[in-house]
Amino acid sequence: MTNTTSPANSMDPLALELCALSKTFKLGGGMLHKPQTLKAVNEVSLRVPRGQVMGLVGESGCGKSTLAKMLLGLTPPSSGDVLINGKAIVNANQKALARHIQPIFQDPYSSLNPRQRIAQIVGLPLRIHALGTPREQAAKVDQMLDLVGLPKRAAQQYPGQMSGGQRQRVAIARALIMRPDLVICDEPTSALDVSIQAQILNLLLDLKDEFGLTYLFISHDLAVVEHLADRLAVMYLGQIVEEGTREQIFTAPRHPYTQALLASALTPEPGLGVPDIGLGAGQPDPTQPPSGCAFHPRCPIAQPQCSEQTPKLSAITHASGQAFGKGSQARVACHLA
Amino acid sequence: MSNLSTAEHSAATSSPLLTVKQLRVDLPVAKGTLHAVRGIDFHVERGEMLCLVGESGCGKSMTSLALMGLLPRKAQVNADCLNFDGVDLLTVPERERSNLRGARMAMIFQEPMTALNPAYTLGNQLSEALRRHQRVSRQAAHDRALYLLKRVGISAAEERMRQYPHQLSGGLRQRVMIAMALMCEPDLIIADEPTTALDVTIQAQILHLLRDLQQEFGTAIIFITHDLGVVARIADRVAVMYAGEVIETASAQALFKAPSHPYTQGLLRCIPTPGKTLPGSRLQAIPGVVPSLVGKIEGCAFCNRCDQADERCRTTPPLQAVAGEHFSRCHFAHQLASPAPLNDQEVTS
Ligand SMILES: Nc1ncnc2c1ncn2[C@@H]1O[C@H](COP(=O)(O)OP(=O)(O)OP(=O)(O)O)[C@@H](O)[C@H]1O
Ligand SMILES: Nc1ncnc2c1ncn2[C@@H]1O[C@H](COP(=O)(O)OP(=O)(O)OP(=O)(O)O)[C@@H](O)[C@H]1O
Ligand code: SF4
Ligand code: SF4
Ligand SMILES: [Mg+2]
Ligand SMILES: [Mg+2]
Repeated sequence: MTNTTSPANSMDPLALELCALSKTFKLGGGMLHKPQTLKAVNEVSLRVPRGQVMGLVGESGCGKSTLAKMLLGLTPPSSGDVLINGKAIVNANQKALARHIQPIFQDPYSSLNPRQRIAQIVGLPLRIHALGTPREQAAKVDQMLDLVGLPKRAAQQYPGQMSGGQRQRVAIARALIMRPDLVICDEPTSALDVSIQAQILNLLLDLKDEFGLTYLFISHDLAVVEHLADRLAVMYLGQIVEEGTREQIFTAPRHPYTQALLASALTPEPGLGVPDIGLGAGQPDPTQPPSGCAFHPRCPIAQPQCSEQTPKLSAITHASGQAFGKGSQARVACHLA
Repeated sequence: MSNLSTAEHSAATSSPLLTVKQLRVDLPVAKGTLHAVRGIDFHVERGEMLCLVGESGCGKSMTSLALMGLLPRKAQVNADCLNFDGVDLLTVPERERSNLRGARMAMIFQEPMTALNPAYTLGNQLSEALRRHQRVSRQAAHDRALYLLKRVGISAAEERMRQYPHQLSGGLRQRVMIAMALMCEPDLIIADEPTTALDVTIQAQILHLLRDLQQEFGTAIIFITHDLGVVARIADRVAVMYAGEVIETASAQALFKAPSHPYTQGLLRCIPTPGKTLPGSRLQAIPGVVPSLVGKIEGCAFCNRCDQADERCRTTPPLQAVAGEHFSRCHFAHQLASPAPLNDQEVTS
């Protein structure tokens, strides 16, 4: 990250801003059970500058996909705001939203209609928005397929006739045909082999440069996130516990959960063995989150105050802060960080 | 047979626990015969961790199902040798085979829900796994189940025993599967992508556990995965599969240090490696697709994607030694065995 931000640029609205966004699910409530509430996303605030890749990582079930679904208008937030290009999307309908924000999901198998030809699938958004004549639409589809590296004949094929990697290319073509500003990638390569993953990651990077896209990139694969992301947000039990630049998070993680997460990533270096990260047994029950800091039952450095007071996500000056340059403010939610 | 302890067995023979020679699995499909496994050789020593890697569809699951005797009915198995500790798995009667299964060889499936019965409590299923094979009291089976659940890091094990599979998270179910596989102290466990669906912190805990248990019980493990990070950290030896064949086998050290087959080399270049790959730089991908497994494959199966291919590759390359226990199925294996780490060129670019 070099600091060439011109005044004009810094006036630019953020591509995406989340203000205290929350999602609460109501569970159960049968004859024998009293209804429970589950805070899947709990007051998440996050700013994503235009043209950047924001990585989002965290334990299975910590609320990443729920967050993504709220941004896409697929599920309404319980409270809080989402701003896209500086404008709130509260009352925006899904159709209007689709022009600015598009998803790429993990499973290229179930996210494509098996009974439609690829040309129809990719061109659907254009038809919904009635953009251009049929001929113009067809030309645009061809152009998109070409861009994502699919042969012309792919247009007439069905999803069932394609490999996983090809289907993910179709999903990308469909997401980008509306020229959105923002793309939400929820584990876009976890169902793919590594040789195909490399092709898709290259493609995502190329398209980002070409269209000036902003990505929210959700993944369990930390090596992939490190490769792609400019900034990183780490979630635990519905909350962001740390946020900062790639360099900050990967070289000097401050939150004990982030540290445990990074320590568990297995790089292909033989002889190093599997680290014992000492996180203890269980993941917490999300319907009964621990008091104070939600991480305290598993935290190796927890203090008495941790079970009583909830740490706030607050700005930190990094120990090696200078080296990361201006505008690289980091936040962490830990009493001891 | 199953009364003999592992120690007595090891003393009786120093041959590998499992020997596989020219294993073939054929499946009839609409367009002919699909050769899912096309003549593979490997062996597993007692107490060893062998990792089986390769891309989707290369025959990893078919190989393990063949070993367990759990292939779909329409599948045909052939081999020159399929020997598990003196038992010929090709000719063993089905009754004896099903005794072996669970008692001496156990499998951990990728999706634990396929192997757990939703209608029974975990305690019930765990105890049953032992009592099916050994004459032990209910109490003894219960005690062993409890011990193993604790051993796989499940807290409140006594309560968990009374729960049903659907009441557990994915990570917990996977650990229950591991405990179940260990109930009879098998000599061989086949684990088919046991951690792929889990996140990295839980994955690390489970791998740790498998390693510990292996040392404690002397169990041999065939670990199937396509995660090269996992392979590097847990494998004693690695067999890389491509299109139904084993194309390279070596110790984990040798494989990562000096991969000697273009496919293995390609795989290692594909993955971004922190500290080696420049963030945001282009990753190297393997172009092209795997050949169809229906019908015969002429010459080297990797030929259509290989940047080293030449005339010679029209003939099938033999599996040849590049160093002691390091084999590669490539005509140019010896030239390729360069010790330079492959990712380094990325840093300088
Ligand atoms: N429709 C729903 N009703 C009730 N609970 C839900 C619903 N969707 C998600 N949850 C719960 O909300 C929490 C967050 O789920 P979410 O899918 O967002 O997690 P995630 O971080 O994407 O996990 P993963 O990494 O496994 O995909 C979980 O506890 C989940 O069980
Ligand atoms: N029941 C079946 N009938 C016909 N062909 C099958 C059947 N099951 C698998 N195959 C084919 O056999 C080949 C080997 O499949 P296998 O499941 O062993 O692959 P794998 O290496 O385990 O892949 P993955 O990593 O995706 O699990 C594949 O080409 C697959 O399409
Ligand atoms: S606030 Fe306390 S329990 Fe929470 S992460 Fe920090 S030290 Fe650990
Ligand atoms: S035998 Fe030829 S085609 Fe096959 S891997 Fe070696 S060089 Fe490539
Ligand atoms: Mg998710
Ligand atoms: Mg498989």
